[in-house]
Amino acid sequence: MMGAGKTRDHSALADVFNQDEPRVNWHDETLWFIRQKRDKAAFAIPDWELLRETASQIKAHTLSHLSQYLQEFEKNAQANGITVHWAADAQEHNEIVFSILQKHGVDRMVKSKSMLTEECHLNDYLARHGIEVIDSDLGERIVQLAQEPPSHIVLPCIHKKKEEIGEIFHEHLGTEAGMSDPQVLTETARQHLRETFLTRRAALTGVNFAVAETGEFVVCTNEGNADMGAHLADVHIASMGIEKLIPRREHLGVFLRLLTRSATGQPITTYSSHFRKPRPGHEMHVVLVDNGRSVQLGREDFRNSLKCIRCGACMNTCPVYRRSGGHSYKSAVAGPIGSILAPNLDMKKHADLPFASTLCGSCTNVCPVKIDIHDQLYKWRQVVVQEGHVDAKKAAGMKAMAAVLSSPATFKLAGKAGRLFMRRVPLLVNNSFNPWYKQREMPQPPNESFREWYRKNRKQHDQ
Amino acid sequence: MTSREKILRAVAQNQPALLPLPEVPPFQQDTSELSGRFTEVAVAIGARVFRVMDYGEVAQVLRQNFLPSHRIISAIPELAGFAEATPLQDAHRHQLATVDLAVAAAHFGVAENGAVWLTEEQMGVRVLPFITQHLAVVLPVKQILPLMPDAYARIGQAAYGYGVFMAGPSKTADIEQSLVLGAHGPRTMTVFLID
Ligand code: SF4
Repeated sequence: MMGAGKTRDHSALADVFNQDEPRVNWHDETLWFIRQKRDKAAFAIPDWELLRETASQIKAHTLSHLSQYLQEFEKNAQANGITVHWAADAQEHNEIVFSILQKHGVDRMVKSKSMLTEECHLNDYLARHGIEVIDSDLGERIVQLAQEPPSHIVLPCIHKKKEEIGEIFHEHLGTEAGMSDPQVLTETARQHLRETFLTRRAALTGVNFAVAETGEFVVCTNEGNADMGAHLADVHIASMGIEKLIPRREHLGVFLRLLTRSATGQPITTYSSHFRKPRPGHEMHVVLVDNGRSVQLGREDFRNSLKCIRCGACMNTCPVYRRSGGHSYKSAVAGPIGSILAPNLDMKKHADLPFASTLCGSCTNVCPVKIDIHDQLYKWRQVVVQEGHVDAKKAAGMKAMAAVLSSPATFKLAGKAGRLFMRRVPLLVNNSFNPWYKQREMPQPPNESFREWYRKNRKQHDQ
Repeated sequence: MTSREKILRAVAQNQPALLPLPEVPPFQQDTSELSGRFTEVAVAIGARVFRVMDYGEVAQVLRQNFLPSHRIISAIPELAGFAEATPLQDAHRHQLATVDLAVAAAHFGVAENGAVWLTEEQMGVRVLPFITQHLAVVLPVKQILPLMPDAYARIGQAAYGYGVFMAGPSKTADIEQSLVLGAHGPRTMTVFLID
């Protein structure tokens, strides 16, 4: 199937994931369940749409004033006693973290969830320099022991069954063979990581929001692992992308209402920790990381992707993500938003990702900061085709689709003809011309499209 | 050119023309039944809530759950007879690993999410409300605000070193989405609404 030397693309890796059908169904249903919890939480807020719009505008403003806000944050953070570092790329970020550890003679560090450090491959870098890193978020610890990357930004081991986790714990943490009770496994991890927290002199955390006005940053967890690490260590390093800034403290009142409701359906995370000053006698460092973000900022069509607050809602709702798994994206951030962010970092390597979408638009509908996710995916397809990063077959399909989508009349007809056609000959549609659907059974086509349904119903209503 | 200059220059070059910063609009809020709604949400996220008259009653409830042999710490002066009140130095923070119960006063609570706001003066040592096996928080019943924007209006420009919204006990659902209370922080959280 694959040419020699070519790395496997998203659709090939999705095929691997799809070999175990009961597992795919389970993965799909679990994420859909979380999506439903999100809906329930969102619908309970009468102002939900106003909240999204406000958050989106605050982020748009922040991006248009980012160089000023970065300097304001730096100034205020320094006045609070925080040391601020600037890293142009992943390599520099890793070097800064290493140099801080070296200065303190530290060779073991505890780390809470930070997708940025995944993006920078910090753990591998530090391991090569003789530093042991233990991830303290339970899901991240599990995938770390399994020597896998997280498959989801909020739920790092959502792809793993409890029996598999039980086996990992049996091997590494000495639980009884066959033990897979989440209660018992969590308690085991609690004891194991408590020992880690109490013995580490350096802790690294991510950052959910950094406030320019006050020079503080906010870290959200349910487990309390970021706080356990940071408050017990002598040195706290917080790594953040430059897009995490918000102008004022009061804006947290908007974003914290949206973040966890969108992520898991909880009204707020258990802990929303505001770090403003280091403890007396201790050090707090913030590393501001660019790593391609300033380039994305200059891409008018993709700039809005920098509004992302990493809630994961677009993944939970995405029919492709749910049925292909996070690892098939080969990127620290998977799913719809990852498919926009990754090509910015390496267009050639991630040229397949904008195609890992049905463009159904569900991601755009749930996004708490109103990123036009599916439009951007569609635009990336055109860019990667133009840049010649797509094989001829997919490019031909693309052109046909672009022609159809660019004309509403053809689109309407094509949709109608397509539905009739599919009901008669579903296997024919399932051919190799449409790269996403290859080797997949097409879903049952609806008897009428929304457009037809709407027209009919409106007529009835008007009569 | 330093990386700082490089980044700032690239950002300044690539950021779009200035877009307006919206005012945070007044959101719809229900100011009735604040303590009732706070309690409902707090219980739903795994906290226990008691309505009490005074600190005597707080100690009474806690005595039913903890033995004299348990290590109990509080910076609240009214609980001096019940808890070890010595404010610990940060240098001794690792010794807090043996604390069974910490009791802290909260500034205020938020009805929409069952969270309480604490700053480090109320904790003594930052790690205390995390490292303790169980946490109790005393919240004046009049100090419950409807929404998060109200919370930040109350916090204003406060110059805390560290502050945290806490909503229920530490929890995880990382293993097959099964909810387990007591991930790394307190296994239980009790909120006393005090008159
Ligand atoms: S793009 Fe939107 S929905 Fe997706 S993770 Fe980011 S904020 Fe959440």
